[in-house]
Amino acid sequence: MFNAIDKHMLQTVAGMHDIPRGAYNIRKNGVGISRNTTANIEIKTKEDKPGIDIIVKPGTKDESIHIPVILTAEGLEDLVYNTFDIGEGADVLIVAGCGIHNPGDASARHDGIHNFIVRKGARVRYVEKHYGEGNGQGQKILNPKTIVEMEEYAYAEMELVQISGVDNTKRDTEARLHKNAHLFITERMLTDGVQLAESRILVELVGQDSSVRIVSRSVGRDNSRQVFYPRVVGLNRCRGHVQCDSIIMHQAQISSTPEIAANHAEAQLIHEAAIGKIAGEQLIKLMSMGLSESEAEETILKGFLK
Amino acid sequence: MLEMKNLSLTLEGDKGPVEILKDINIVFKDRLLYVFTGPNGGGKSSLAKVIMGIYKPTAGKILFNGKDITGLGVTERARLGIGYAFQQPPRFKGLTVGELLQLALGKDKAMKECSLLYDVGLCPQDYLEREVDISLSGGELKRIEIASLLARELKLAVYDEPEAGIDLWSFSRLTETFQNYHRMHDTTIVLISHQERILSLADEIILVADGMIKEQGSRDVVWPLIMEDACCNCRDACSEGNEEIVQCHR
Repeated sequence: MFNAIDKHMLQTVAGMHDIPRGAYNIRKNGVGISRNTTANIEIKTKEDKPGIDIIVKPGTKDESIHIPVILTAEGLEDLVYNTFDIGEGADVLIVAGCGIHNPGDASARHDGIHNFIVRKGARVRYVEKHYGEGNGQGQKILNPKTIVEMEEYAYAEMELVQISGVDNTKRDTEARLHKNAHLFITERMLTDGVQLAESRILVELVGQDSSVRIVSRSVGRDNSRQVFYPRVVGLNRCRGHVQCDSIIMHQAQISSTPEIAANHAEAQLIHEAAIGKIAGEQLIKLMSMGLSESEAEETILKGFLK
Repeated sequence: MLEMKNLSLTLEGDKGPVEILKDINIVFKDRLLYVFTGPNGGGKSSLAKVIMGIYKPTAGKILFNGKDITGLGVTERARLGIGYAFQQPPRFKGLTVGELLQLALGKDKAMKECSLLYDVGLCPQDYLEREVDISLSGGELKRIEIASLLARELKLAVYDEPEAGIDLWSFSRLTETFQNYHRMHDTTIVLISHQERILSLADEIILVADGMIKEQGSRDVVWPLIMEDACCNCRDACSEGNEEIVQCHR
């Protein structure tokens, strides 16, 4: 069913060596090509627009959902709306990567709009990896939009990773947290060449004792440009921490603007941001153990983006 | 095994060039333990960095087992078997203690990070997975730095103030550890230190001050000279804990 390119892309963005266990939906070049549901996880094609509804029954434990998207043709524009309904008390892993292999000179683009409802007491780990490759001049464009509603006592971890090869990305993430909901977002981004990446995050801490932690790490190489704009708004007694850390190299440009706003006297919000080159001492330490300068650089970046 | 001939180092400072090392001549012999000591800012660390290739000397030569290595960079010298433990080791976000030690051990070596950590007084279970980042204390970082040198089969190991930040109780055991390790590989050791206990381990003490080698010889010869020089004459005139304003007339 899958050719060599498909397999390579699926492995890169979703860690899939084979058909995954559990529920999955694999979308290739704008159409769903393979799907599996389980007793607890239902996947339905939307009727009014492209995309799927993923419904996880309350109390579902230790199940996973893989929904990778791959584009392997040029000139494709794929827009998809996915809705996730994670039932009360469920605990699941969702792997949602997107890989573009663009062989030609026309752009290939995937815009994924994801809506999450994480119901009372549910736990979700969401991993989204983005990757592009291809020999032609065609741009690889990914514009994900993620909207998360977290009910009382819900917990979510979101790992948003752009590995390499994406020419242009505009990432938009929004979350609303109700009472005692906790969200942990980690973002990893690497850009090179003349790539452009923009990431906007808005987290509203609506409920009492809700909390969010955003950790963004990025590396900008060559002539690439990155813009980060993570915002946390505290509307109740809550805690929020935003941390942006970037390594800048060559002629790259990085702009990082964490913003915190408190509309409640017991909101505790912190932001920190740093941009800098690789410390010379780090390179020398690794070189003094026998690594070449480029090996040392690679080791430092790999660790930083882990 | 390592020889420095007429070596000088001038670095660019804020107010123009500064002469850091002046006409240094040293010959290190195989398997001996040397201690560099002397006042702060005297040039000890700079000398160590010149040995590792971090600083390029302005004049003079460095020979390693008869081969001129003056023009070699840090990586090449490391591959010849020279190692340097930083006075203030850098931290790495995302790199774990286990990964760092694995890099030091080299790709082909069997894993032995556990025993390395154990030997520097850290519990492997607690540390292998930890990141070498700001979460480690200064003392923990120094121990890991020492382990990263012990991991390698070195011909010359230079430790820059290894005892700094490490409690002295543990440190006496640690000195034994690195002596044992280096005996296994016939390593020549250079320690930069001010500690009397470390100076007493030395086969030779080298007193570095004002960018020059002031004295060099066995500890029995050099130690009395240091004591004489280091003790300030104020000792006779000033008393400890005196609340009056003390003026030094030296």
